[in-house]
Amino acid sequence: MRRAAILLLPLALLACRQEMAQQRRLATEGTSTLWPDGAAARAPPEGVVAQGALARGIQGAPARDIQGAPARDATMPPAVTPALLARGQERYGIFCAPCHGPAGDGDGMIPRRGFPRPPSYHEARLRAAPAAYFFQVISQGYGVMYSYAARVAPADRWAIIAYVRALQLAHSVPLAAVPDAREHLP
Amino acid sequence: MHGDPDEARPPRDALQAQLFPPWATLVARLALLALVLLPLGLLGLLMALQYSPYVTGQGITPDQPVPFSHEHHVGGLGLECRYCHGGVEVSRFAGLPPTETCMTCHSQLWTNAAMLAPVRRSLAEDRPIRWRRVNNLPDYVYFDHSVHVRNGVGCTSCHGPVDSMPLMRQAAPLTMGWCLGCHRDPAPHLRPESEIYAGHWTPPADQAARGAALIGHYGIRTAHLTDCSVCHR
Repeated sequence: MRRAAILLLPLALLACRQEMAQQRRLATEGTSTLWPDGAAARAPPEGVVAQGALARGIQGAPARDIQGAPARDATMPPAVTPALLARGQERYGIFCAPCHGPAGDGDGMIPRRGFPRPPSYHEARLRAAPAAYFFQVISQGYGVMYSYAARVAPADRWAIIAYVRALQLAHSVPLAAVPDAREHLP
Repeated sequence: MHGDPDEARPPRDALQAQLFPPWATLVARLALLALVLLPLGLLGLLMALQYSPYVTGQGITPDQPVPFSHEHHVGGLGLECRYCHGGVEVSRFAGLPPTETCMTCHSQLWTNAAMLAPVRRSLAEDRPIRWRRVNNLPDYVYFDHSVHVRNGVGCTSCHGPVDSMPLMRQAAPLTMGWCLGCHRDPAPHLRPESEIYAGHWTPPADQAARGAALIGHYGIRTAHLTDCSVCHR
């Protein structure tokens, strides 16, 4: 019996500790008992400005940089380029089309499943609305629409607005104004 | 000694003196063979176990606090991957959405569903929902989502047909051999930018030529794809 126990003793050295695979560090989106919400990740304190935010003109940054010169204003729309429109089309498809529909009519899949129907971009009020109005709605939400400030970066908001303008134009442009349009019609 | 009457016949207890029966030789040979084969077989079994779903977790569907269905949200409603996993293009982690993202729709839809009670509680108490990780890599692997989706690797290449999964399961074995399969020869898996987030992608007939062209298009340095430091630091 005693001899058997001695023979089994080296087995204790084989204890498996996965310290390489599970290192002693907080995992991304992991848990921690340090804070009441149980999450390891912390939101930055209010008023924090990310490094380089002034140069990139990100909204929420102070109007003046550290030398007192006016920072680039994120509330000013960038120049509309084909690249901006392409980016806007992509972001519109991800974040806006589920409710506003692929053509901006407000008939996306989510309203079809019972969500209050958003207005069409092609109604007179929204055709006349300035770009800054759309920027404000994306940033702060409107009615039952939540804010998309955390999901859509300011530069992407302008890209989306440019694409919404393109949708509005496409909806109302006379056929004669489109070069070679007739050739592409079925 | 000559003429000894005992010489002609075997000793009285000769049969008892034979300790081993005739088949003992066979047993001895088999035992010797087993001495070699048994440890080898055991080793092989252990190796096979390492690649079995029991160890890799492939095909396992962990229980979640809310039975979120990608089949419904992606396949049915057509939500794009990045609506919820917004970090995928810019960081190592695709990211799980904050509760506000769920409530963007569920503040109006299924507002009293018992299934969504943990989501409403999370919003009310300002405590994140504790989802259970489906795809887990060892800490010594520095996988980066952004570098993959920006270089032609689509979501479903690793995560499987997410839009037909009612509950999320681990689609790939996530073994090093599986990673290397693509790192050694990425061309068959590379997609154009427009297909990265597509729910279903089957390589076109001329994928060999397209894949080679995409390696150039994305500027993938294939010679360095299997360097240790690509994944390990």
